Formats: sequence, C-alpha cells, structure tokens
Amino acid sequence: MANRAAPGSATNQQQQQQQPAATRSNNGAPQNKVCQFKLVLLGESAVGKSSLVLRFVKGQFHEYQESTIGAAFLTQTVMLDDITVKFEIWDTAGQERYHSLAPMYYRGAQAAIVVYDITNQETFARAKTWVKELQRQASPNIVIALAGNKSDLAAKRMVDHDEAYAYADENGLLFMETSAKTAMNVTDIFLAIAKKLPKGEQTSAQGTAQGRRITDADQAPRSTPNCCK
Amino acid sequence: MDEEYDAIVLGTGLKECILSGMLSVSGKKVLHIDRNKYYGGESASITPLEELFEKYSTPVDPAYGRGRDWNVDLIPKFLMANGQLVKLLIHTGVTRYLEFKSCEGSYVYKGGKISKVPADEREALGSDLMGLFEKRRFKNFLVFVQEYDPADPKTWKDFDSRTQTTQQLYEKFGLDANTQDFTGHAIALYRDDEYLAKPAGDAMKRIKLYSESLARYGKSPYLYPMYGLGELPQGFARLSAIYGGTYMLDKQVDEIVMDAEGKVCGIRSGGEIAKCKQVYCDPTYVPERVRKTGQVIRCICLMDHPVPNTKDALSTQIIIPQKQVGRRSDIYVSVVSYTHQVAAKGWFVAMVSTTVETATPEEEIRPGLALLGPIRQKFVTVSDYYEALDPGQSTQLFISTSYDATTHFETTCLDVLDIFKRGTGEDFDFSKVKHNLGDEE
Repeated sequence: MANRAAPGSATNQQQQQQQPAATRSNNGAPQNKVCQFKLVLLGESAVGKSSLVLRFVKGQFHEYQESTIGAAFLTQTVMLDDITVKFEIWDTAGQERYHSLAPMYYRGAQAAIVVYDITNQETFARAKTWVKELQRQASPNIVIALAGNKSDLAAKRMVDHDEAYAYADENGLLFMETSAKTAMNVTDIFLAIAKKLPKGEQTSAQGTAQGRRITDADQAPRSTPNCCK
Repeated sequence: MDEEYDAIVLGTGLKECILSGMLSVSGKKVLHIDRNKYYGGESASITPLEELFEKYSTPVDPAYGRGRDWNVDLIPKFLMANGQLVKLLIHTGVTRYLEFKSCEGSYVYKGGKISKVPADEREALGSDLMGLFEKRRFKNFLVFVQEYDPADPKTWKDFDSRTQTTQQLYEKFGLDANTQDFTGHAIALYRDDEYLAKPAGDAMKRIKLYSESLARYGKSPYLYPMYGLGELPQGFARLSAIYGGTYMLDKQVDEIVMDAEGKVCGIRSGGEIAKCKQVYCDPTYVPERVRKTGQVIRCICLMDHPVPNTKDALSTQIIIPQKQVGRRSDIYVSVVSYTHQVAAKGWFVAMVSTTVETATPEEEIRPGLALLGPIRQKFVTVSDYYEALDPGQSTQLFISTSYDATTHFETTCLDVLDIFKRGTGEDFDFSKVKHNLGDEE
C-alpha cells in the first residue's frame, strides 16, 4: 500500500534523492510545492519504532526485526492536494536504550512520533516521559503524534484506547493505534502529521537562516531547503 | 553491559566518537561509555548557558537571554573546508546530520592591528600587509606553490621540496620576514617556526590546503557547524550506533581490567564487568598511563558585539604570529555567534587560546583579548596536554592525545587515523560504509 502514487498516499521515493526537489515529478503528476520536514521517532525499545518506519517507507514487515542497525535515516514522501511533503525520518539507532540519545536527535525536528506498545503498560508510561522530553528539548511548535502500536495484538491489550486518546487530547497530540504488521493506520498517521505541519515559507524550527550541508561534489554548494524551495 | 565486546571506547570526545564509528562500520561490536551525562567530553559544547556558569562557579546574569540558545565550545576549532575531517564526514555519511556555515573572515595580526589573510593572487595584490614590490614577489610565490606538482619535475623550477627547506623556498622568492611570518602562521597554520628548517613539501601542502579550502565556499577556508562543535562527536556516535554500537552515558568506569599477560580484557563499572579485546579512550580515563607534555590556555569570552575591525563579521579567526608579540607559539582568536545557534540573539562567543610558555598564562593571551573590545564575561581554563606512554599494541589499550592548540582538526584526524591503524592493523576502509542501506545516497 505504500507504493501507490495517488494524492493522499505515500510514494516510495527514497532512491531519488539526487534530483533537486523542484524538478522531481511524481509519476507524471503536475509538479507542485515540496516541503521537507525532519521527523523523529521516540519510544521504549521494542515497541516497533523501526517496524513502523519500515512499513511506511518500504511497505515491509519483519516479525523478528532486529534491534535497529544499519538504516537510521530514511526519507518518504506523502502527497497532499497540492503539496508534496517529504519526511526525513530519524530512527533512534538504539541510543534510547540507556538514555543516551544525543541532543542532535531532537535538533530542528518539526515532527515526532512517540510510540508505545498497546500490550505493555510500562511503554505507555515511558511514552508520556518522551512527550515531556520533547516539550523540554524540541522546538516549541513541533507536531507530536502518539502511536499505540501492535494493535493487531488486541487480545493482549494492556493500554486502554480511550485512556491514551484522552491523554493525547489533553496534550495536543495526534493519536492513532497502529499496526506495523497489518499496516493499519501506518500511512494514515504520517498523513495526519503532514496535514498538521505548517507549510508556509517560514517553517524552519529556529526561524533563522540555516547553514548548508556539505556534500562530495560541493563546488556549487546547495542550501538545505527546510521548506518550499 | 555484562557482555563481550570487540572494543570498548571510553569517553565521547570527537576522537573517540570517530574511532567508535569507524570500528562499528568495520564490523566490530562496540560498547561506548562516557562518565558524563552528555556527549563530547572535552570537545563538548556546553548548553544551556547556566551549565557553563556553573562549571566555572560564576553566578549567571539574565542579560544573556535564554540559556538554551547557547552552545559554548570548550575547545575552539574550525574545519578546513577541504581538510581531513570534512573528508571523513562525507565518506562516512555523517555530514547529513550536520549543517555548516563558512567562517566570514580570516585575519592575521601585524604591528598592533589586524589584516585580512591574502590567500590568492587577487587578494595578495589588494592586501595592506605588503608593499608593492613584495606583493608581486608574494604573488609569484603563490602561483609557484599552486602549480608545483611533486610528481612532475617540470613544475619544480629547480626547487626540490623533498630536500630543500621552507626557508630556502622563501628566499628563492625573496619574501621578507613579515611575509614569511603570515604565510607560515596564518596560511600554512604552523604554531611555531620549526617548520622553516624542514623540507618545504609539508608547508606547500598546507598552503594548498588553505587555498583549496578557500576556493570551496568563498569568504574563508573555514567551516563551522551549526549548534557548535559538540555536534561533531554526536554525529559520529550516531554513525556508530547505526552500525550496532551500544551507548551508555552517565556511567562510571572504575577499572580497566588487565589479564595475566598485561592485555586489557574488560572494564569494571561498580559490580558489572564488560569483557572486551580492546579499549580505546581519552587520557582522562587512564591518568597513570599518560604523560603531561605541555599546557594549553583557553579563554572563553562572551560579548555583545563583533570584533572591531572585522567588518562586523559574525565569525572570524585571527592569528597572532608568535614573533609579532615576542613568543614561541602563536595566539589564536576564534569568534562565532548567534548566527551559528551557539549564542542568544545579538551575542558572540570569542575564544583566545595558545600553548602555555610561562608561569602566568593569562598574561600570555593578553594581546588576543586586547583585540576583542569590551568583554562581558571571561572563563579561563588552563588544561594539561597529555600523550600516551606507549602506542598500545602490547596492552591493546589505545589512548588518544589531548586536543592541541591548533585551530582546526587536521591533527585531530591524523591522531584518529593513526590510532585506528595501530588498533586494527589496517587503514580505515571507507567502502565499508554502506550508503545504500535504505538511506539518502
């Protein structure tokens, strides 16, 4: 389901990064405004953070997904009506395990998905502390979504849907129960975030001039488009 | 942590983080520990500002704005745009976690005032550092160095950079003492004058590095990362984690455990022991295995204005060549500001540093401080400079050297690559970085 390219669905474009955003066409669709956002994942180990991303970006699911290794910087595009929203997705790379996430991780993040496992009450409690951490460390207007993952395991549910919903509502978070295994609500939660993100000219998290990325062939340096170039 | 690792890395300074990243990428199972609850060790950027004041036991003043807007480096350095660290960043893909800005100005001190460092022929002709005839000689010198190819004797023009010294090179072009001074110290970036008597090849390579770096982004050869230098170790730590490295901050290291043959076999933290075949660490984790070889003084200065006579540059490097102020080693001034997200709006952070030569180091940096104009707050640190007692192969304990007074990362990278080679017996293979694991490349 992550391979359709109709408006309102995710498209698989992580292989096309070398093309400038402005000239990229989407299966012949009319070219439109491209907005790029940094999205970070947070949550206790083994709640399915990487699985959610893998499902969203590649449409894959592995029952015995190893602890995060080897891929911690994926991109995926979501089409809204006249805007292409490109997510630059940061996975924790396991650095959350011993509370060793670097400040760099939160830096400039415009969106976050805080994940818990609906079969494990403790991961929900931890999710709440991650939300607090984001409120403390991240940009004040970050869009946060709470994902109750493993909704396919409803028989083992330990976290009440309504309780999580109420918590999310109180704290201004988007909320969905998701399943990386069945793909339920996976694209939807990214879409909901895409809709909520501000897409004006000034969406830079810091609101100031940004630096540049350095690349191999950098004789003609490009600035990093934070949005809508 | 009660597991067995190929390597345990202690301290998350830049050198250790690069090593950790390279080891993980090479397929080693790495445990990386820091006793502090933050990344970066001595190469951290301190945030919020309150932490910095606390570190120096000084009461903070509300004039500085939001503490969280500050990220103050403990060690001042810039990246040469075409230097070793940039190559490492690009080849490992760590560059994608970082954003940089060019340093706006590169200045050199002469006779009590500062002038822009002329790094190409055009700038040489416009420079106020030299008289008309000297400018021509300097221009010819620069052109010769640019065109010199060690592999092609046709470009040598009767000068062999392997056997003839830099002093002889200067004499060949008739450069006067003043031009020699800014060339050696502000372009080739030597800290003292020992290079004059050595073969000219190294100096020529350094001059080329400077001008190639300058050519890359314009204004100056230097780059500086947004949010401070502390982002660099974090970036390499992330690389290590992505390749399976395990991270533990805020973890005491009580003992490096040696086996009967005198080789490391693990580390102990409280009652826990993590086994390993190798340990890599900074000198602070093994005080009994390093020797002090000098001292560096660094003075962090908070200011609410740019440095006078730099055309209001938001970032600057100023080099005071030793001879100008009767010293044996140069004084460095580096300035960054709110534009790099290292200070609250309107604020600047200057750092004056040098290798200590006397018993009163604060006196030694006075010429640097005098260039800055009014300073709101100073924090002075004199740090010892340590080197390992032995190269580590016999104990499998590899110790990095402390950060020296140079204002760029070239020596840092050389130390890292050398330790990696001692530890693994081979040069780092950049092709092991799998750029295509679903990521941007």
